Amino acid sequence: MYDAVLSETVTITGHEGDAIEAYAARPLTPGPVGGVVVLHHLPGYDRQTKEFTRSLAVGGFNAVMPNLYSREAPGAEPSDAMATARASGAIPIPDERIVGEVAGAIAYLNGLGNANGKIGVIGHCSGGRQSFLAAVSLPLDAAVDCYGGFVVGTPPAGHPLAGWEPLVTKTAELSCPLLGLFGSEDVSPSPAHVAELEAALQAAGKTYKFRSYEGANHGFMQADSARYHPTSAVDAWAEILAWFGRYLAA
Amino acid sequence: MCTYLTEKVAIGGSAKGASGWFRVTEGSVYFDHPVHAPYGHTLNIDFLAPAEGPSARVAVELTAESARALMKAIEAVLESAPPGLE
Repeated sequence: MYDAVLSETVTITGHEGDAIEAYAARPLTPGPVGGVVVLHHLPGYDRQTKEFTRSLAVGGFNAVMPNLYSREAPGAEPSDAMATARASGAIPIPDERIVGEVAGAIAYLNGLGNANGKIGVIGHCSGGRQSFLAAVSLPLDAAVDCYGGFVVGTPPAGHPLAGWEPLVTKTAELSCPLLGLFGSEDVSPSPAHVAELEAALQAAGKTYKFRSYEGANHGFMQADSARYHPTSAVDAWAEILAWFGRYLAA
Repeated sequence: MCTYLTEKVAIGGSAKGASGWFRVTEGSVYFDHPVHAPYGHTLNIDFLAPAEGPSARVAVELTAESARALMKAIEAVLESAPPGLE
């Protein structure tokens, strides 16, 4: 079986036509294959999220991860870019800009020679929220939310997200099937938040699958983190590849 | 969870980073996911000089307990210093 994969840093056209850095990985097969946009967590465009991106390519999908802090610190080391974005007040990044970056990433994926035109999105932590955001804002074929906080619930006064409308109110606009991967020990999203999101999906008649892993906490898929929960992470990866395999097939 | 919370503070002083010493002009303080420390959340401080670019940065990621102990130590040293030295 031919299993070569190419991964590299590329430049894509993001929100408002701006050139931004991204990390891409794709199987070197003629295809056609589906494409996945990867949204990194708040600490940035880092080693482990690049590994997520490569794992999707190994799984048979074209994948691209926009560097969401590329505008604030072009070419900087990822944790320095995150720090610059924080210090400049760019975090949290406005939802409109995230949707623009994802739209640019989709255009990149659809321009690849082996693309089948099917597009999914996945993100973890803050990227999980942004994955749901993309799925209620853009026409997609599949989405995965890995423990995204603040999809449900109202941030308290003074919080940087205070005044942002909870994304759960847009559930009726969800454009694709949603896979949700959560930990029973997480406080954001808590099991109550997950239940509220599930009720909204049911009320809207949406296709979804949720897995809540017993004993797992926020970030349980991040191999570089103390929160890594191997048995849950291995199962979650199987769920992800099966979900995209089902909904991104030509 | 990502807290997103960041407090900024103006700073006068210096820090030693990967390229040597530089003048620090501002700091960011936040309690959020660390990049390196093996904990879910840490109290993070970035000592920055934005005019010198993103790499002019000294970063620490501390457990909440360590951060509180550090605050007490700083207060104790400043309080015990002879007056008039600032």
